[in-house]
Amino acid sequence: MIEDLGTTEQGELVVNLGPQHPSTHGVLHLVVTLNGETIKKVEPHLGYIHRSIEKMCESLSYRQFIYVTSRMDYLSSHINNHGCALCVEKGMQIEVPPRGRVIRVLMDELTRLASHQLWWGAMAMDVGALTPFFHAFREREAINDIMEQTCGARLTMNYMVPGGVMVDIHPDFQQKVKEFIRFFKGKIDEYDELVTENVIFKSRMEGVGYISPEDAVSFGCTGPTARGSGVSCDLRKISPYEVYDQVQFEEVMENGGDCFARYLVRMQEMRQSLSIIEQLIDNIPGGEFQAKTKAVLKLPKGEFYSRVETARGEFGVYIISEGGTTPYRIKFRSPGFSNLSALDHMARGHKIGDLVAIMGTLDLVIPDIDR
Amino acid sequence: MLSFEHITQAIDKWLFGTFNPNVAIVIEGLIAGLCMIGLFAILGLVLVLMERKVSAYMQIRLGPNRVGPGGSLQTLADTLKLAMKEGLTPDGADKFLFNLAPFLVIVTAMLVLAPIAFARNVSLWDLNIGVLYVSAVSSLSVIGILMAGWASNNKYSLLGAMRSGAQIVSYELSAGFAVLSIVVLTGSLRISDIIESQRDGWWLFKGHIPAIIAFIIFIIAVTAETNRAPFDLAEAESELTAGFHTEYSGMKFALFFLAEYVNIFIVCSIAATLFLGGWMPLHIGAWTGFNHVMDYIPSSIWFIGKTFFLIFVIMWFRWTFPRLRIDQLLNLEWKYLLPISMINLLIMTLIAIKGWHF
Repeated sequence: MIEDLGTTEQGELVVNLGPQHPSTHGVLHLVVTLNGETIKKVEPHLGYIHRSIEKMCESLSYRQFIYVTSRMDYLSSHINNHGCALCVEKGMQIEVPPRGRVIRVLMDELTRLASHQLWWGAMAMDVGALTPFFHAFREREAINDIMEQTCGARLTMNYMVPGGVMVDIHPDFQQKVKEFIRFFKGKIDEYDELVTENVIFKSRMEGVGYISPEDAVSFGCTGPTARGSGVSCDLRKISPYEVYDQVQFEEVMENGGDCFARYLVRMQEMRQSLSIIEQLIDNIPGGEFQAKTKAVLKLPKGEFYSRVETARGEFGVYIISEGGTTPYRIKFRSPGFSNLSALDHMARGHKIGDLVAIMGTLDLVIPDIDR
Repeated sequence: MLSFEHITQAIDKWLFGTFNPNVAIVIEGLIAGLCMIGLFAILGLVLVLMERKVSAYMQIRLGPNRVGPGGSLQTLADTLKLAMKEGLTPDGADKFLFNLAPFLVIVTAMLVLAPIAFARNVSLWDLNIGVLYVSAVSSLSVIGILMAGWASNNKYSLLGAMRSGAQIVSYELSAGFAVLSIVVLTGSLRISDIIESQRDGWWLFKGHIPAIIAFIIFIIAVTAETNRAPFDLAEAESELTAGFHTEYSGMKFALFFLAEYVNIFIVCSIAATLFLGGWMPLHIGAWTGFNHVMDYIPSSIWFIGKTFFLIFVIMWFRWTFPRLRIDQLLNLEWKYLLPISMINLLIMTLIAIKGWHF
């Protein structure tokens, strides 16, 4: 016979979303308390994909630990590597040659594009439209091919090294990127036609998952999640690294604070990334792509911190060095973790379907949260 | 031209000549039942393949293309796989209701096929309340879905079933009003009469704007009633994993799956019958030559063509639109579709009384 389905004393239904669930994009476990269809409370449970990367880094040299960080936010692996490389360079006071800087920025922006494309497809799939996912993957494939040609890998590139980039770009790189820009400019308008302008999609997004600028700051939200609430937090603007202070681009901000605002921010960011790539692709300076560094890197005793803007927000690397060849302690500040903490605040009072939409706009990558 | 009428009448004559009437009627019933089951199986095979191919081409893929020519036997292979799988019953489930539910859903779908006219003089049971029968029996399937959701002892199933219940009960109303607006024009609930009344033109064209509105409302409502995207909340895979059939596996799952596709066929054939003239060829008032040419196309082709066109439209919806939320879904019905279809019915009644239709 039917037994008690696990209701609370107030007659609320407790549902476990995940760790195996199609909408959590990984092994996230949400304990959702429901009153009918309405969400009373969301409690994220983490730890299903914890690989103790921070501890692992303590026994790896300053060249080696960068590769592990590709496995954190695997959709922005370039940018993670970049953040780590920056921190090591800061400690060693290595000057990256101009060519290396520009290549790094180009790769970062391509990664951001690829990440946002995947997010766009997954976002549409979360609200029930399955077709955009395939369209997004078609375009993402083009970026992956470009990456593969230069870096030799498609997902975990490990291309950034302390002092610059590992190898020079492929001879076809510039031409291929230009082809991709032409191709993708038409496609991004198609994205808007197919999904952004859709009445059902708009009604699913507007007014859902509101977070005020004050709350966004106090939850530590960064990236498009905070910029959707009108909080200026683009590190490329407010603390420029590499050549971001030499290119023209806008920090995209929306004041809606709801899912649709976050959606629009990411769509606009794709256009901004395209424009950054366009400005740089013909202006890659000649010369060395990598600075001369010692074979064994040793950071001086002290604490070093650097941060970069990934596709999801602020990624920080904090290294404590005792002067040896390996870090004494390493701490990563991942954007997904803080963004996830705002989920409960955003989702209360909404329906189950909205929870999935809100998770979609947070663009969660679980290995990034769990590390 | 070959007519099904001759064949059926010949069989009828032979049966009643050879056996005594009681035996003959039983044998006739068995033959008709077997035909329906055969049709059922073929529909399932064709529609599942069609859905996969349509979705594939919309998503820049090829779809199934390995089993049989062009993947045509893929569904058969899948069915075999499902048939060989173990039909699990969860430990905490209400076993009787859990096992009964898929059969209730499939039997409902089979019953509704009875009054549908597949071609000239081809229908199993041309009863005088055909349209009413279809509306009444098709709404029974919600009981099966609720039963499945409740008996699974699974929270996702329960939520899916509750959604489905709210959805089907609501959308039945506007589907009913849309059907009524054609019934007031024809003055009959018998399906053959409704088709016959469209001899000189389909109601979609003859009934002015109200007929077009009724048609659009009917298509929206039946998309919701069959739990298809953008109204597939009952099995919303990103929210509820698989909704009411989360716990089903093997053949029991296959029955739900088959019932969904047969239901699509049924609602599309009803839409084709009411608004697009069923098996009636396209006739335009004074164009005798054109009408004559159209008559040469067999009636079954007309029926299948119209029905599959509508099925394609419904599949097109599914692979284009995002899903609605439950409150938006109910708002759409109770705040928009229902009032519009009520007013539409009033206007249609006025048109029918005054004889303003063509």
